[in-house]
Amino acid sequence: MARQVTLNRRLVNTAVAWGFGLLIFFPILWTILTSFKTEAEAISLQPSLFAFDWTLENYQEVNSRSNYPRYFMNSVIIAVGSVVLGLIIAVPAAWAMAFVPSKKTRGILMWMLSTKMLPPVGVLIPIYLLFRDWGLLDSRVGLVLVLTMVNLPIIVWMLFTYFREIPGEILEAARMDGASLKSELIHVLTPMAVPGIASTMLLNVILAWNEAFWTLVLTTTNAAPLTQFIASYSSPEGLFYAKLSAASTMAIAPVLILGWFSQKQLVRGLTFGAVK
Amino acid sequence: MSTTHSRTAGKAMISPAVILLFLWMIVPLVMTLYFSFQFYNLLDPVTSFAGFANYEYFLTDPAFFEALGNTLIIVIGVLCITVIGGTLLALLLDQPMFGQGIVRLLFIAPFFVMPTVSALVWKNMFMNPTNGLFAFLSKLVGTTPIDWLGHHPLASIVMIVSWQWLPFATLILLTAMQSLDSEQIEAAEMDGASALSRFFHIIVPHLARAGTVVILIQTIFLLSIFAEILVTTAGGPGYASTNIPYLVYMQSLLQFDVGGGSAGGIVAVILANIVAIFLMRLVGKNLDL
Repeated sequence: MARQVTLNRRLVNTAVAWGFGLLIFFPILWTILTSFKTEAEAISLQPSLFAFDWTLENYQEVNSRSNYPRYFMNSVIIAVGSVVLGLIIAVPAAWAMAFVPSKKTRGILMWMLSTKMLPPVGVLIPIYLLFRDWGLLDSRVGLVLVLTMVNLPIIVWMLFTYFREIPGEILEAARMDGASLKSELIHVLTPMAVPGIASTMLLNVILAWNEAFWTLVLTTTNAAPLTQFIASYSSPEGLFYAKLSAASTMAIAPVLILGWFSQKQLVRGLTFGAVK
Repeated sequence: MSTTHSRTAGKAMISPAVILLFLWMIVPLVMTLYFSFQFYNLLDPVTSFAGFANYEYFLTDPAFFEALGNTLIIVIGVLCITVIGGTLLALLLDQPMFGQGIVRLLFIAPFFVMPTVSALVWKNMFMNPTNGLFAFLSKLVGTTPIDWLGHHPLASIVMIVSWQWLPFATLILLTAMQSLDSEQIEAAEMDGASALSRFFHIIVPHLARAGTVVILIQTIFLLSIFAEILVTTAGGPGYASTNIPYLVYMQSLLQFDVGGGSAGGIVAVILANIVAIFLMRLVGKNLDL
């Protein structure tokens, strides 16, 4: 199967690929390194890659800002909350589409995909005004609701592609044995569906964590997540590169780690199951 | 095969998702449409029927054409860079090498970076004309540093956004490439096909489906680029880096013009629909259900 290649060619491939890989990764690496520099070193006209006085003062400073933990918690609550709510709505829908398909199933799925093409600015003003009237502006509940709807089509699609791979015969057999719909769900489907649900959850938490339209326009302080916190560095006072880097590193580290674990599911999830 | 009982249950299980999505789409959209025919400013509670005045205002504003052009430049520019770059990088990553898993991780990482973080990191630590790394490199080779965001705001934004989306294109095209039957390539190789003709006659056709999906998904997101503009240039200088979403945002939430902003929103929806109809046809053919 595998083609024979000379050791030389393999070494050249390795060098070129690592070179490009490091180049693409470099902005992240540079951010992480800068977060350990002093502000003076961060703006130095003779920047240094590793040879500087490593310090943790930026992390201490960002963390000691009275409101930092709040931003972080808001990100966690909004990302996890919206995905859990989305799963509660999507699991039954995807289950039914995968196991009791009708003529309309394909149409419904395509329609759900098409809702992703509605530009957010097309509904921005009504959502903003309704939220203002309902007291949901700058509230976690409001953002959880919005992000649930934003990610719902992707959640349904991902679950559908996973559920579709569960052999229907198993469910048929359970039904023959007289299992009710409820026990079918609990004893047969759930154990087989858990990995798919977990992958869906992981990817959508990442998407919700990084969502940067609704989180920026609907929040100011109370419900503001990390996207908004970082955006506040766009008009800073004084020196801020090192602090921006420390805040950025803390904001991206959780999803970078989650993302590296979920890269296989990422392809499948984001291509609506079209590429596996 | 399935019983009437399970069919009814199936409908009941699908309905909440369908109804909620329908409400989420249709209610605000109808409201936007309604507002777009009203004179309505948030600072002035009195509203009145405007006819097509808001549309006339929005569509004859020179800023609109600039924003429309910028939107297309961002979408097309980023698509070209990421699809071509992604194909080449996927080819590279598909070669036998040491530490392939780790290299993949390096390539995919930018996709997980929050848009506000990547935009601000690029803006300050790379593109700043005094302390940025690009300025340092220019001075190293003896050229004058470029004020990237000041003089080439749109190109800079295309660059930042391309960095964010290149990993996505690469990863998906790589996944597709890995499903290519290696015997087919070997057979072509034995028949004496050159590397270039193998690439264009075997690999490219095989990637068509994945490529379509990449274009579809990126287009959805690229039409709505917002955070990257907000934190880097705020649409400026002038309207040089304002796209349609950002223009609508300014009109409605910064200038409180609900009527004008809504007309802009509807224009954005129509534009997205034109693109969507075209894309859905492509994808409909390429997605099997």
